Amino acid sequence: MAKQRAAVLGTGQTHHRSKRTDVSMPGLLREAVDRAMVDADVGWSDIDAVVVGKAPDLFEGVMMPELFLADALGANGKPLLRVHTAGSVGGSTALVAASLVQSGVHRRVLTVAFEKQSESNAMWALSIRVPFTMPVGAGAGGYFAPHVRSYLRRSGAPEHVGAVVAAKDRRNGALNPHAHLRQSDITVDSVRASQMLWDPIRYDETCPSSDGACAMVIGDERAGDDSPAPAWIHATAMRTEPTTFAGRDQVNPQAGKDAATELWRQAGITDPLSQVDTAEIYVPFSWFEPMWLENLGFAADGEGWKLTEAGETALTGRLPVNPSGGVLSSNPIGASGMLRFSEAAKQVMGRAGDYQVDGARTALGHAYGGGSQYFSMWLVGAVKPT
Amino acid sequence: MTEVAVVAFAQAPNVRRTHGTTNGVEMLVPIFDEVYTRTGLSKADIGFWCSGSSDYLAGRAFSFISAVDAIGAFPPIHESHVEMDAAWALYEAWLKIRMGEVDTALVYGFGKSSAGDLRRVLSLQLDPYTVAPLWPDSVSIAALQARLGLESGRWTEKDLAEVAARSRRDATGNPRAQFGGETDVAALLDADPVADPLRRHDIAPVTDGAAVIVLASAERARDLADRPAVIGGIEHRIDTPSLGARDLTTSPSTRLAGEAVGTDGVEVAELHAPFTHQELIVRDELGLGDAVRINPSGGTLTGNPMFSAGLARIGEAAQRILDGEATRTLGHATSGPALQQNLVTVLERG
Amino acid sequence: MPEQPLSAPLDIGFDYTRSVGPVLGRFMTALAQRRVLGVRGSDGRVHVPPVEYDPGTAEPLDELVDVAAEGTVVSWSWTADPLPGQPVQRPFAWALIRLDGADTALLHAVDTGGEPTSVRSGQRVRIRWADEPVGHIRDIAYFVPVTDPPADAAPTAPAPPAATSPEPGTGDDTASVDTVITPVHLNYTHSASLEESRYLRALADGRLLGQRCPACGKVYIPPRGACPTCGVPTTDEVELPDTGIVTTFCIVNVPFLGQRIKPPYVGAYILLDGADIPFLHLVLGCEVSEVRMGMRVRAAWKPRDEWSTTLENIAHFEPTGEADAPYASYAHHL
Repeated sequence: MAKQRAAVLGTGQTHHRSKRTDVSMPGLLREAVDRAMVDADVGWSDIDAVVVGKAPDLFEGVMMPELFLADALGANGKPLLRVHTAGSVGGSTALVAASLVQSGVHRRVLTVAFEKQSESNAMWALSIRVPFTMPVGAGAGGYFAPHVRSYLRRSGAPEHVGAVVAAKDRRNGALNPHAHLRQSDITVDSVRASQMLWDPIRYDETCPSSDGACAMVIGDERAGDDSPAPAWIHATAMRTEPTTFAGRDQVNPQAGKDAATELWRQAGITDPLSQVDTAEIYVPFSWFEPMWLENLGFAADGEGWKLTEAGETALTGRLPVNPSGGVLSSNPIGASGMLRFSEAAKQVMGRAGDYQVDGARTALGHAYGGGSQYFSMWLVGAVKPT
Repeated sequence: MTEVAVVAFAQAPNVRRTHGTTNGVEMLVPIFDEVYTRTGLSKADIGFWCSGSSDYLAGRAFSFISAVDAIGAFPPIHESHVEMDAAWALYEAWLKIRMGEVDTALVYGFGKSSAGDLRRVLSLQLDPYTVAPLWPDSVSIAALQARLGLESGRWTEKDLAEVAARSRRDATGNPRAQFGGETDVAALLDADPVADPLRRHDIAPVTDGAAVIVLASAERARDLADRPAVIGGIEHRIDTPSLGARDLTTSPSTRLAGEAVGTDGVEVAELHAPFTHQELIVRDELGLGDAVRINPSGGTLTGNPMFSAGLARIGEAAQRILDGEATRTLGHATSGPALQQNLVTVLERG
Repeated sequence: MPEQPLSAPLDIGFDYTRSVGPVLGRFMTALAQRRVLGVRGSDGRVHVPPVEYDPGTAEPLDELVDVAAEGTVVSWSWTADPLPGQPVQRPFAWALIRLDGADTALLHAVDTGGEPTSVRSGQRVRIRWADEPVGHIRDIAYFVPVTDPPADAAPTAPAPPAATSPEPGTGDDTASVDTVITPVHLNYTHSASLEESRYLRALADGRLLGQRCPACGKVYIPPRGACPTCGVPTTDEVELPDTGIVTTFCIVNVPFLGQRIKPPYVGAYILLDGADIPFLHLVLGCEVSEVRMGMRVRAAWKPRDEWSTTLENIAHFEPTGEADAPYASYAHHL
């Protein structure tokens, strides 16, 4: 039997900041959860199950924190699942929640992803020295910068394109009341003048470290029909490959290409650039926008930067990418993927406020994690899939 | 919706300490081979992969990522991971088959508990504001639970020793068990408590291990196993983390999951109880009478591989059906302090 | 005796800073004043310690009420050998304690002077406060029996650092606590795989030992317990030279917590001649601006008497001065 239709009924997120010292972890999650439940117009008795996602437990120093969060998540007496697929976890978590509905098991599922990075220090947690290894690690920036250099060499992209992405996403973020960084005055020149941190990645081309959470309520077809503006789930895909192997393409990973191919196939999309109205893509460092445009099939190999340079990914362009400001404006790691998925949903629900893309009917939500090896994505639409 | 069946189960030997890495590859590679051989499947035939493991068990972030090396995950695979016992990974895989997205799935769990001080590591599961800063270890928490039952008359020390003796006796027939043997209840009760009121025999050992289960749609399962174990129901629930706010001698989450699944007619039950008294709680909440054979594998008390012990209970329960020894069995998994979270599945001959 | 894999200690530790929010903040603030607060739940029960959301209804709770510093043992267990960080560092009891005025039990330690026979359910116990409370659950040092408490004070684990302290000199004991600090220090034994151990032992002899995957034929260094594309251990040993090329790299300009090398430095993927996979290492011996993709490099080994089972025996790689490798020769390694 085919999978059941499912739709996003409501979304919610916290105000993201470097340190949300005004709340505990339960309080942080509830800020997002309460907003999602209001947005979906549901109460606790409507929720059948809860799916939680976040990145490594070492970030908060709590082993399987969903256990102690059960009270705050209204989960007592209900099913609770905890997903962890590295940086893609926010997306994977949404997909597990969707599966609970698509399999016909539940009618309405609450899903929430979070990170409270200020409890510790992500650079520390990601650079813990494991015995017998070289202490070369320099956090996520140090990991990804060499691959950005490879992209530059391979594509011949002009050096300023990364700054174009950063300036666009930060200005978009200024339109988003929940964004951590809201920099309406940022320019391509000011980005290029910022400090080179992990050459070729500059300070302003780097995601912030944020506390934050994101939540969604996902419902079945009947719940979607009853909702004034649901975001229908048209396609979902996840793919994984190893971190390293001989001959691995680290710039344009096969797992990402395979996931995108599967996504477009499910949705009957043959020309993504024409058929998708807006995309929320996981771009923690500016250059990943053109890299993922190619990986996702919006542009041919080596050509992604041309879309960016031409302004086609700006809010008024042909494919607005990260109208919410994206990961470059807010990065509560475990929630960052779910933010991409929920921002895509908000666009087709017509609830994106000042960064609403005019006439958005079909939107992509994308997340990746690990060493560019975990990919999760969904395509949502304003119209119920046939 | 599509019916789902277990078609193969394998587990690594339950041992106190392996020399392998915390990525589990040394334990996983041989048991993947075992289930491939048994089903005739190869990695390219697997539609979905899902695993359960813990970063805190390994002492570093992303330990599960290296485990995918054991799969040989290129070309890329459709894969997910839960930071839970792999019994919950099986639940996620069950969803994927049930919704028609794939028709086979391989589920695995692994953990090298010996890498750290397990009972101290597990204290990080407690409330990080008011409980974990005191470092109450998992054995002491269980001992508080055990005493409540002893003093309220729910069970006696002899009841607990009988659970241990039966487990050890049954483990002698399980070549993968960590230990086993004939023991005398009176002799067990002669031992001094190690975490009063718990004695050594009340506490599951520290175990390194791994387990794997292959699932298939019921239709596909007929080609892969002679007697597939069809999942008749699978449910899980959680209780409040507040230890002082609930009656620790009960497990409402187990009861709710059991009621949702329906446990009538179960012949064999594999219960994930790392402490003797917890077996009694689970058994009672599931309404399993004296006629039900409990933990013929020896159970968790003779091998407790963290993050795969729950999956292994489901595997053992399924194996009775795969072997033609039973027609309706039950697998149970638990997670969190003092039986906080519980999963129950009933398996049936197809 | 078969060869054993190498292992070494892996110690992780961080002092986590936990913002506690308004409800727990009032609880912590009261502890600093040697008072205990509970919170009234949706069903009227008073929870101690307070919970922010009701376990039954998930409603936010904020009605805090004073409870006593004395209560009754509901259950207990005995710890003969306290673990690091536990409240009492001599034999003690863990106990669920219902404070007078509370409906739920608090988990904490009871010191009976090391005597297991001096604790029982139903026993009356009272708080022994820390000498200098800071607004933390550890301000309750432990509990002692109301009747016949031990004559001597129990040895305790070190107090957690204070996150916020009242203004010095003001004597202000009403400053509110919004953050607690919780040190988490754990000790592990990390093991290398058998294949990696052979490579590490060869490194101690100054040799670079790779292995070929028996299925795909690719040469891996370090060797793998499972070839990432084939899922089988690598086997045939291949000794590799200490020369190769930089495939790609970054220049680290940013200092960070735990960093071991002073920036700026180059972190580069080094592809040894004859290997099919690059590894990360350092490139020194030239200006960072001179490092190029395709640059030929050679290992700069530390003095032999500093060698052990680690790739750190190679201090860094440095340019050989040979002509760069053509891009096409390594493009498939990026």
